[in-house]
Amino acid sequence: MKKQRFNISKNNFEQCIKCTVCTVYCPVSAVNPNYPGPKQAGPDGERLRLKKRYFFDESLKYCMNCKRCEVACPSNVRIGDIIQSARINYGPKNPKVRDIILANTDIVGTMSSAFAPIVNATVALKPVKAVMDGVLKIDHHRTFPKYSSQKFETWFKKYAMAEQVNFSKHVSYFHGCYVNYNFPQLGKDLVKIMNAIGYGVHLLDHEKCCGVALISNGLINQAKRQAENNMSAVRKSVIDNNMPVIATSSTCTFTMRDEYPHLLEIDNSDVRSSIELATRFIYRLIDSGEAKLAFRPDFKARIAYHTPCHMEKLGWGIYSTALLQMIPGIDFTILDSNCCGIAGTYGFKKENYATSQAVGAPLFRQIESLHPDFVATDCETCKWQIEMSTSAKVLNPISIIADALDVEATRKLN
Amino acid sequence: MDLSSKEQYDVIIIGGGITGTGTARDCAMRGLKVLLLERFDFTAGATGRNHGLLHSGARYAVTDGESAAECIKENMILRKIASNCVEQNDGLFITLPEDDLDYQAKFVTACQSAGISAEIIDPEEAKILEPSVNQDLIGAVRVPDGSVDPFRLTMANVIDAKRYGAKILTYRKVTNFIFQQGRVVGVESVDVQTKEMHKDYANVTINAGGIWGHGIAELAGVKVNMFPAKGALLIFGHRVNNMVLNRCRKPADADILVPGDTICVIGTTSSRIPYSEIDYTSVTPEEVDLLLSEGEKLAPSLATTRILRAYSGVRPLIAADNDPTGRNISRGIVLMDHEVRDGVPGFITISGGKLMTYRLMAEWATDLACKKLNVDAACRTATTCLPGSTEQGEEEQKPKKLFFFGKTAHKAAESRHGSLTDKIPTSDRYDDSLVCECEEVSVGEVKYAITDLHVNNLVNLRRRTRVGMGTCQGELCACRAAGLLGKAHDCAAKSKEDLVHFLNERWKGMYPVGWGDTLCESQFTSWIYEGVFGLEQGNNENNSGK
Repeated sequence: MKKQRFNISKNNFEQCIKCTVCTVYCPVSAVNPNYPGPKQAGPDGERLRLKKRYFFDESLKYCMNCKRCEVACPSNVRIGDIIQSARINYGPKNPKVRDIILANTDIVGTMSSAFAPIVNATVALKPVKAVMDGVLKIDHHRTFPKYSSQKFETWFKKYAMAEQVNFSKHVSYFHGCYVNYNFPQLGKDLVKIMNAIGYGVHLLDHEKCCGVALISNGLINQAKRQAENNMSAVRKSVIDNNMPVIATSSTCTFTMRDEYPHLLEIDNSDVRSSIELATRFIYRLIDSGEAKLAFRPDFKARIAYHTPCHMEKLGWGIYSTALLQMIPGIDFTILDSNCCGIAGTYGFKKENYATSQAVGAPLFRQIESLHPDFVATDCETCKWQIEMSTSAKVLNPISIIADALDVEATRKLN
Repeated sequence: MDLSSKEQYDVIIIGGGITGTGTARDCAMRGLKVLLLERFDFTAGATGRNHGLLHSGARYAVTDGESAAECIKENMILRKIASNCVEQNDGLFITLPEDDLDYQAKFVTACQSAGISAEIIDPEEAKILEPSVNQDLIGAVRVPDGSVDPFRLTMANVIDAKRYGAKILTYRKVTNFIFQQGRVVGVESVDVQTKEMHKDYANVTINAGGIWGHGIAELAGVKVNMFPAKGALLIFGHRVNNMVLNRCRKPADADILVPGDTICVIGTTSSRIPYSEIDYTSVTPEEVDLLLSEGEKLAPSLATTRILRAYSGVRPLIAADNDPTGRNISRGIVLMDHEVRDGVPGFITISGGKLMTYRLMAEWATDLACKKLNVDAACRTATTCLPGSTEQGEEEQKPKKLFFFGKTAHKAAESRHGSLTDKIPTSDRYDDSLVCECEEVSVGEVKYAITDLHVNNLVNLRRRTRVGMGTCQGELCACRAAGLLGKAHDCAAKSKEDLVHFLNERWKGMYPVGWGDTLCESQFTSWIYEGVFGLEQGNNENNSGK
């Protein structure tokens, strides 16, 4: 028999053999009966939607795009992508004002940074929260991340940029919105580590938000424009200047590597392998003998590591945990693999608040039972969620490494 | 042997295909007392084993103008009376570089003289209208083809016939004709499940047995020479196209791709088989190859699309000459008054024709029956909507009440049952939970099918609801549905046997295309049923000790 010559369909959903393990692993299915689950919403629903758009089910909005279904799938079906694509192609076309505000991290961040003390104080006020809850449907339980009065980029250009040319090896840093507007310290920590191991750090040429929030809020055209912008900046760095791109946010990294080609149909195959998470980049340097780290002997901490969903999808949790475990003085636990429930802007929406907290409950319980000094995680929104829902303080692994690092000793080793 | 029932009817109809059920509806609407006997299940023959193409007639315009004209008339009627069973998606007749573009002009002229609108469109427009079409096409003609669901259409006729008082029985096999003074006055039949014998009497008996009509006529001592021509088809896992795709050339193998419900179907082949083989057809590797290699010329993505199953049907054509393929036999309707033809009064055979012309066939047969019964009643089937269908058509469908467990199941149910959807129980969460996940069939819908739609087993249920017709081919739904049937019939053992039969029947269709994802899925199915549930193939004796 001749058989079909190419057995790999463009329609990846055909590879689903209905084992349903995705639905078993779906954090939303477990707590929200209104969500049909990844199998129904993804491969099953796609057949019906191909028959007629009419079969689009708006309950697909409950998908957090955590991609745990894809990690669970034994047949490599890109279930999360199918669901997100369906929302893009068949879903409502006009996002709500609230969603536009939540999605535009760049614009809102730029404006807020300029008036950081006022904005931070205002959004924390009870009446303001009540208005945001009532009018915008942003849940009043949520605490907005504080804006920094000095952007990371401003700090970098003022205090760090000049000396970066003195190094022999170089990387570009995709800092992302969180580092730039809310928490420049993480970026400073990264520069500290990279400089210590002999790498100069550079900004990309006009970095824009990776667009993850735009994608999940249906602002696809804007997401595409930003993605094109970022990819040309990445190409300039990787191809023209031979500098790989590293990031400290697992979600930004994941978005640029996988969501760009899968959801925005932007080809990044020429540079995809040069977009990395900083912990992986550093770990691999150490592993190959190209870099060494020296730590302060007096650093002691009890640390619990939470693997963000997009880290699970990248399969890169091992790099962050292995790197942290190199610190001699730590008592280290890897938390059970559970979604924290925030999923970027998802958890900020009033209609999702209950689901969000129910999804995160097992994680919160485990954290409270361990009493760690810090929870370490590579995702900023996981950090907000865990800090809001538990008593723990959350740090990026890079910040912990930077704190524990003996800079002088490390510099000598490299 | 129990010959207990001795009912008197005006008409007995043999055969539960579209012709038989359509005839039952027509007869009942004209006030006749009707009994329909079906050996197995509705749509078990050619009715359920074809493309599901709402022919415009264009395919036959050049070779068989008469059939083409009948087709387009009936096509327009079905759009009105059976809106819930048809999809008005139009079709394209495409010319590929290897085809003769001159045929297009001849084709369009023939269509127009048969009354079929045929509009030559720019190949670029065709690509926009139907993106899956072979991008190399050099010509395209748009015609009013469409899709028709033969299962739904048949059931709609059954439901309506019953509304008008017809008695309709499945699993009743006619074993003999009852003669009085050389005249057929009734039939003897056996209940296939209970083995009980019955006698039923009628002034007119109509043979609507399709390809089996040959054997039925033989029971009455009449020779009807059927021409069994097997056609093989492949079902793909999802819709590749939304318009019907045809090749603009003389009808040949595998040149029609029809979207139907959630899937699409490529077909057909045509090969003559001996009459003795009509109950045992299967699809050969050569046929699969042919269907694929020709199919990908219509829509290249078929080469990489998962195939769900292969199946074959036998066209109930009446042999006229010595055509070895059966391709050139007229698809025209053959109505035989055996009183005139063979000197057997009280017996009529209606055969030939097509799914598309079933209503006209029924009208002809009913006209003749009425004439014999001296009943003067006009046919109203062309203007009266079938149950489930409404004048506005399916585009208007908007779920009014919602299933608790999600709107998708309700939308899917509505696409199957149309305005009858509100008969589906949906009172609690159990009713709304899903039996079939691929096709979104709820427990309530299964319950409705069992009580209202002549469901004895899983195969019946599949034809009424699409349970087991989706990608998983029964993997998840078969056991759930078997459980519901077991409960309804209060017999778990029978239900278990039925489950084995159903899964084997599903495998039969997957076997000829058993590679890639389809093979993975069937392997997984066998792990579930044999490995986890301990179901044994064939018999269950090993499990009965408990």
